[in-house]
Amino acid sequence: MKVYAIAVNTFKEVIRDKIFYTLVFFAVLLVGASVAMSSLSVGDRLKIIEDLALGSMNIFGVIIAIFVGIGLVDKEIQKKTVYTIVSKPINRYEFLLGKYLGLCLTLAVYILVMTAVFMAVLFLYTGSIHLWFMNAVLLTYMELIVITATALLFSTFSTPTLSAAYTMAVFVIGHLTSDLKGLGDKTGSMIKKVVLEFLYYFLPNLDNFNIRSEAVHGVAVSWGYIAFAVSYGLLYVAILIAASVIIFQNRDFK
Amino acid sequence: MLKTEGLSKVFVTGFARRKVAALQDLSMKVEKGEVFGFLGPNGAGKTTTIKILMGLIYPTSGKAWIMDRELGDVRVKRSVGFLPEQPYFYDYLTAREFMDFYGRLFGLGKAERNERSARLLEHVGLSHAGDLQLRKFSKGMLQRIGIAQALINDPELVILDEPMSGLDPIGRKEVRDIMLGLKERGKTIFFSTHILPDVEVICDRVGILVKGRLRATGTVGELMSQMKTSSMEMTVEGLDQSAVAELQGLSSNVMERGRQVVAFFDDQDKARRARRLVYERGGDVVSLIPHRGSLEDIFVEEVRKERGR
Repeated sequence: MKVYAIAVNTFKEVIRDKIFYTLVFFAVLLVGASVAMSSLSVGDRLKIIEDLALGSMNIFGVIIAIFVGIGLVDKEIQKKTVYTIVSKPINRYEFLLGKYLGLCLTLAVYILVMTAVFMAVLFLYTGSIHLWFMNAVLLTYMELIVITATALLFSTFSTPTLSAAYTMAVFVIGHLTSDLKGLGDKTGSMIKKVVLEFLYYFLPNLDNFNIRSEAVHGVAVSWGYIAFAVSYGLLYVAILIAASVIIFQNRDFK
Repeated sequence: MLKTEGLSKVFVTGFARRKVAALQDLSMKVEKGEVFGFLGPNGAGKTTTIKILMGLIYPTSGKAWIMDRELGDVRVKRSVGFLPEQPYFYDYLTAREFMDFYGRLFGLGKAERNERSARLLEHVGLSHAGDLQLRKFSKGMLQRIGIAQALINDPELVILDEPMSGLDPIGRKEVRDIMLGLKERGKTIFFSTHILPDVEVICDRVGILVKGRLRATGTVGELMSQMKTSSMEMTVEGLDQSAVAELQGLSSNVMERGRQVVAFFDDQDKARRARRLVYERGGDVVSLIPHRGSLEDIFVEEVRKERGR
């Protein structure tokens, strides 16, 4: 119940934040602009719109996840808003969980808005309602909640600037992990191989969540795969949240 | 109600890992129903103590109990109200939403939340601001809503960190009245401050903290009776310059105010000799006022002693 109260409060905080609105506005704008941009290009216009739109949904979502996520905890501590909360009969982990779920809720709203816009664009273009891309949207959402959990973890002990840097690094490396492994296999040095393999297994492989190309080009994605990706995401989220709770529980709020 | 034993906190700061002893071996008790003033200059460790009590930071050593439960027991906080120093709140919430949020953290039901919020907002004089976002609040208003959230659970123990800070005299009086009202209802109040005049009026007992050490505790009366110095303030008229010079020899401080001269004396004997001097030189003693030691004197004295260590 208390977790719910914090989550709702966090939701209000993000929703009333100008940065959030600005980002959503630009995301919608980009989707709209993709219609205009498609007329400039050669090839299947519809597919280009779909590609751009899903891509924007993804990248703007990541930006929101990072830039709001890093502030989740740190802002509370710097602005001392956390003082009156933690002094109430609420466990620190409940507070942390509430903040995280509040942002996930906000991201869900964002995804819904973007999906609606996307469907509207498709409708305008093709005259019918499409739902084939929903599996791609689901996995995009999984990626977003993993990134958010990463940002949350860093924000429990680091300043916003550093947290942003670390989270972005995780995001970038997360999309390059398969290359990392390939690099590891090719290198002669044993140490390098071990380190690269370690990174490969340790960091989330965010490419797992990218089935946008398949969706756009009509390639079927099995439910088994979807289930795998969702479980993969949830596993990472669980580990990241657990680590965040441990750090948050034991630190001083100076 | 509240007890600490050997509470200590060492902060490690900076790259050089410099150690700062913020609190050293603090042992004190606050009884049920009393108003305890925790005094000290800036940086003495008052806020550190309060943060430890509220579970915001962890002590390096020592123990503390609130209502006989050791720190860390989250259930204790059901009966505690806390107002931090220069509080920051979620400024995007309106006053009503703010009170409702804190009510939820205590698990209060909707009807109860509404009733208590309305009553408390009224009590602190903020009923008119119910739908105003906190970012538009003045400092005094923020302080007042801070007190309101500290009381939402009708706590037995109220802990306030510098409740009067940043308030104008009217604001301070309002906070004082609220605190006295709480005392009348049998609540225990533990608050930190360095505004002394308020302390003499409200507190049953005080504790003076300097550089992390508790220098003195007791009732205001007990502490004052330990002060040996008192002074006499004498206002005279009609003295020539040489007489004033002689007066300066006897007194600890002389001020000229237009035609009058105000002189302070450390003891009765010097004051008597000064009086005789004035009459012999043809002057007039306009007034003679004895001053007993004030809390400020005790405060300054303890700080001086600590710094001399």
